[in-house]
Amino acid sequence: MIELFAKTIFAENLLLSLFLGMCTFLAVSTRVATAAGLGVAIIAVQAITVPINHLIFTYFLKKGAWGWAGLGDIDLGYLKLVCFIGVIAAIVQILEMLLDRFVPHLHRALGIFLPLITVNCAILGGSLFMVERRYDFADSVVYGVGTGTGWALAIVTMAAIRERLRYSDVPEGLRGLGIAFIVTGLMSLGFTGFGGTSLQ
Amino acid sequence: MPGPYTKTLMDPLIENNPVTLQILGICSALAVTTSLLTALVMSAALTSVLVVSNGAISLIRNHIPSAIRLIVQITIIASLVIVADEILKAYAFETSKRLSVFVGLIITNCIVLARAESFAMRNPPVPSLLDGLGNGLGYSLILIALGSVRELLGAGTLLAVAVLPTIRQGGWFEPLALMLNPASAFFMLGFLVWIIRTVRRHQVEEPEFRPRTTGSKAG
Repeated sequence: MIELFAKTIFAENLLLSLFLGMCTFLAVSTRVATAAGLGVAIIAVQAITVPINHLIFTYFLKKGAWGWAGLGDIDLGYLKLVCFIGVIAAIVQILEMLLDRFVPHLHRALGIFLPLITVNCAILGGSLFMVERRYDFADSVVYGVGTGTGWALAIVTMAAIRERLRYSDVPEGLRGLGIAFIVTGLMSLGFTGFGGTSLQ
Repeated sequence: MPGPYTKTLMDPLIENNPVTLQILGICSALAVTTSLLTALVMSAALTSVLVVSNGAISLIRNHIPSAIRLIVQITIIASLVIVADEILKAYAFETSKRLSVFVGLIITNCIVLARAESFAMRNPPVPSLLDGLGNGLGYSLILIALGSVRELLGAGTLLAVAVLPTIRQGGWFEPLALMLNPASAFFMLGFLVWIIRTVRRHQVEEPEFRPRTTGSKAG
């Protein structure tokens, strides 16, 4: 369990080894404060949606899930994409309303980034990997929290590097997007180094 | 073909490329480019989804209430992606296994949603179809470039046909394992952006901070 947690944060970091959530990552990683806020929001959404999607998949969509109703042959697995994205959109909306009601200042700080989480590939990707790798419920909770944490860690690190990068003399054509890619590549190499580690 | 249509189609290829300039759809551009075959299949899937979704959304654009437009768009895109996913599973099962979750992730691929939101919602069907095709091809261009370089240098093959004979097969080419590593995708895309911006200088970004020229006073 702990090993899965560590693996999802470092060796199989969603962002640096599976490239999920790159668009938001490149767009929002210019200031550490906003990056940290977005990171926290991602952890929360990921930790809620992966287990919920796991329950929905197991009890409604999986082959044989309708066995109790005499429909054992029915396989609704192909509906998972629509269901998952619906759940994610709903959770993000609910989270937004809850934050607005109970923690207004955090809601204001996150602003536009909350709705954007819906179309962050890391969230949908997390749920799809959960299905593909056949995690059970406990594993899916750990996987959700772990992948969210890994993503948050990567974006905060990147934002810190980019704040420094602003004062360096980058070749003209590489400025902005180009150098961001190269830096991400270097970070990714670093995280690959965690690959062989084991916690046992 | 009249002028404006050609422009809609050709602009996104290099001039306004979705990946290198609009920063859209980068996740999948990096993830599926370890070999040329997966890059080609992914490009075909994305381009067809993009063309059909742009057309469909443009057809019903006057009937979508703006408050729920995102949900409508996402539902349309998701249905199309399911169709694409099922077709791939039926006719190219091996490749669809290698693409793993990335076909499903076309739903959250920013290109599709961004083109629907910024172009198809405001334009009639024909230009929307062309815009979808143009952006799909622009994306495919980057994917194919990355895919060929990575497969060629990483394994010495193109579409699984040996081009550079590797040492293991008695040739001279030592495969670069780095090219199959995720990090190399970032490097290659970074260099690609560099090349494009060196040729097209107006795409260069303004620096946020300029060092003072020597001799000027601080403060």
